[in-house]
Amino acid sequence: MRTSIRGGDLISLADVSREAIVEVLDVAESFVEVNQRSIKKVPTLKGRVVASLFYEESTRTRLSFETAAKRLSADVLSLAVASSSVKKGESLRDTISTITALGIDAVVMRHMASGAPWQVSRVVPTVRVINAGDGQHQHPTQGLLDAFTIRQVLAERAGSRGSETGSEIFHGLRILIVGDIRHSRVARSDISAYQALGATVTVCAPPTLLPTDVASWGVDVATDFDDALAKADVVGLLRLQVERGSGAFVPSLREFTSLYGLTAERERLLPPHALVMHPGPMNRGVEVDSSVADGSHAVIERQVANGVPVRMAVLYLTVAGGEGDL
Amino acid sequence: MAERERRHVRPRGTVFVPRTQLLSADDVQRAVRRMAHEIIERHESVDDLVLVGLQTGGVPFCELLHRELSAIAASDVLHGYLDVAFYRDDVGLHPVVEPASTTIAVDLTDRVVIIVDDVLYTGRTVRAALNALSDWGRARAIELAVMIDRGHRELPIRPDYVGKNLPTARHEAVDAHIEGVWIGELVAK
Repeated sequence: MRTSIRGGDLISLADVSREAIVEVLDVAESFVEVNQRSIKKVPTLKGRVVASLFYEESTRTRLSFETAAKRLSADVLSLAVASSSVKKGESLRDTISTITALGIDAVVMRHMASGAPWQVSRVVPTVRVINAGDGQHQHPTQGLLDAFTIRQVLAERAGSRGSETGSEIFHGLRILIVGDIRHSRVARSDISAYQALGATVTVCAPPTLLPTDVASWGVDVATDFDDALAKADVVGLLRLQVERGSGAFVPSLREFTSLYGLTAERERLLPPHALVMHPGPMNRGVEVDSSVADGSHAVIERQVANGVPVRMAVLYLTVAGGEGDL
Repeated sequence: MAERERRHVRPRGTVFVPRTQLLSADDVQRAVRRMAHEIIERHESVDDLVLVGLQTGGVPFCELLHRELSAIAASDVLHGYLDVAFYRDDVGLHPVVEPASTTIAVDLTDRVVIIVDDVLYTGRTVRAALNALSDWGRARAIELAVMIDRGHRELPIRPDYVGKNLPTARHEAVDAHIEGVWIGELVAK
């Protein structure tokens, strides 16, 4: 367990401690303020180069990482994999060697293979590697921004600031994660973060979309979705990942929706204070009804907005962090 | 003591060990009151003044100076706080300092800004603050008020208002707070 991500890589939230997560959330809060200024840019990473390397399509993660790097004054190299030598059959390792030869400080990387960022981090020890999603493994910045959003909303309701509450707000918080747990790296990162912060996590999914090793995750498995909704403080929805073959794990999308979709009827079961989250992109009408996604419980837009400050915090701590203690 | 330790930024893994107390809480109070009078003396009006306390050590002094100044001028002088962590020139050389909150609510264009800090040493924090403040507009003038000037400048920066000049050696550390000023050493935990 690492107690801080300062000066290190960020591959997975499963190997960082509560202290390290709280540190990112606190730093991100300072960057929220930077993002509210008229000049939303600080010179912190001037002269550093951050490469973004996305082997898998992405809208919000890529844009918010690049925005974050630019607001920290870093230079951003963005490799469009579709029009690069990758198409000529260049291996991941050679691509990494090529871009590190250009003198980069950090690589933000998304890859369809679980473990690819970890492989890269072993090849280039001097470059900070930040995982922006690898296969079905982890999506650590999503887990951090989800935790940040929960803390921000609950602290605001209590009339305080997130950094004043530390991780206290999470103690005893009941978080329900619903949907395609099996294929979801977001679920894995969320669970790592929420558990480290002290929340109780319950998952609910069709048995075919539960991972086979769920018993070792330390989460409760709910079989009655309606009952679980009534007990939840936070509901995290997941996208049904058709590109990873999720379609074959359920009889039909309509059946999935009727049993596990957060419909307008089911929204009424939620406690009035409950938050509804979704990492995006949403399949409206599949895992969530349009009216629920835009409704009073939803904090989905906040999640997107918090992507930039949280990723600024991650870049700041990993790239500017300096090695170890003074 | 725990509260004081938390509020003061220390390089990670070190702790301040006081040797001698140089100023009492009373001395600090009187010095800040004198600085408030000096500010009034130099400025015809306090209406376009903005006090900016630097996080985290400058904050209590900024609060105190704001109280004194507002009492003397009989009007509420604008004030805010600034964290310069993102503007430092030693990013990457040292472990990063955890940032604190920045609250500057006004456009600084055509105002006179007074930066308030606890200890003036190399001048690099003030350099970072000057850079940061330019993001809030083009101030008419920027001045500097510090409780302690301990020397050893590495940049061409001088204070306009000083609580006390304190000759020190580089290996020493100064802990300035409204409860008093101590000199001592930073030692590894």
